[in-house]
Amino acid sequence: MNKNRRTFVKLAGLAAAGLAVAPKAMASSGGHSPVKVNANAVHAKHWAMVIDTTKLHNEEKIAKLSEVCHSIHNVPHIEGPKEVKWLWSDSYGHTFPEQENPHLAEEVHHRFFPLLCNHCEEPPCVRVCPTKATYKRPDGIVAMDYHRCIGCRYCMAGCPYGSRSFNWGEPRKNLDLAKLNPEFPTRMRGVVEKCNFCVERLAVGKQPACVEASEGAIVFGDLRDPDSEVRQVLRERFTIRRKPTAGTEPSVYYII
Amino acid sequence: MKMQNGFPIIVGLLIFLGLLCAPFAIGKVVTKEYKQPELKLPAGEKECIESKEFMREKHMQLLNDWRDWALRDGKRTYTNHKGKEFTISLQNTCMKCHTNKADFCDKCHTDAGVSPYCWDCHIQPEGLK
Repeated sequence: MNKNRRTFVKLAGLAAAGLAVAPKAMASSGGHSPVKVNANAVHAKHWAMVIDTTKLHNEEKIAKLSEVCHSIHNVPHIEGPKEVKWLWSDSYGHTFPEQENPHLAEEVHHRFFPLLCNHCEEPPCVRVCPTKATYKRPDGIVAMDYHRCIGCRYCMAGCPYGSRSFNWGEPRKNLDLAKLNPEFPTRMRGVVEKCNFCVERLAVGKQPACVEASEGAIVFGDLRDPDSEVRQVLRERFTIRRKPTAGTEPSVYYII
Repeated sequence: MKMQNGFPIIVGLLIFLGLLCAPFAIGKVVTKEYKQPELKLPAGEKECIESKEFMREKHMQLLNDWRDWALRDGKRTYTNHKGKEFTISLQNTCMKCHTNKADFCDKCHTDAGVSPYCWDCHIQPEGLK
């Protein structure tokens, strides 16, 4: 009887230990996942962009970048308050309203600044999205799953940068259907859309389209890697970010 | 006790019952035997992502998983049960073999009376008009 109890307690202890270890052992041996990251994808701990506005401040030049972006992402062209935009431009006062002063260098005041989603480190759009259609990827990109968007536009109210556009109508009505990029989807009526830092291009090892078309005025890379090109530029040049008091920590930096 | 207006009531009831059962009776006569829709399968390719049976029954679950893996996890390479790798993409993988939505997707979907909203955003291989 005595011996039996001893063995029972021992066995119970072993079983308890086994239960604690089992899930990890199972996960490491049998947990085969059928998916993996593309072999040719480029990686970063946190993607960031530095825009040199001493080189890129011309409205026409920025319009060209925006055209490249909008054509590969099938963004409809609409004039007026119902416009849809991923990349656009605006004046200093509208871009950096908190960093304006009445005696700013005239040259800077006449510049135009390229604007896009800031892919914030603390994105308010992600916090307010009730369906998790907008989410932050581990590499810092604030992405959208249009399948889930219900068009409530909370994210548009949450974004301090006006980076989000709502599709008030069927976007395909304002697209040249013959010139669509067949490799990328369009959106449908009633969803919000924005710049995606070209995740689909990063996944196949390419740089974002605007970076490629900018002729060196935009630098893109890993903010967490001290040897990356963006970090080098950030070390050497004076940069500012949009609306710092909003506390959203944008990942897009501007060289002034 | 004698039924008031018995004849018209009985006749009316019979007509009502006849109408009620008509769809079943007529249906049996009119409807021909069910025929599965005939799909146009890709000419050059013999095997799909997974087995024929799996694709037939579970392609919607596969697409659902594919979407989450690609968009949320950033994993865009799928390895099937035979070890062959595919890029996760409806427009750039599926529809590169199934080059006609009308001859493939729509056939069964129309037959089954389902209208998935894939093509509200995704661009069908035939192009848009």
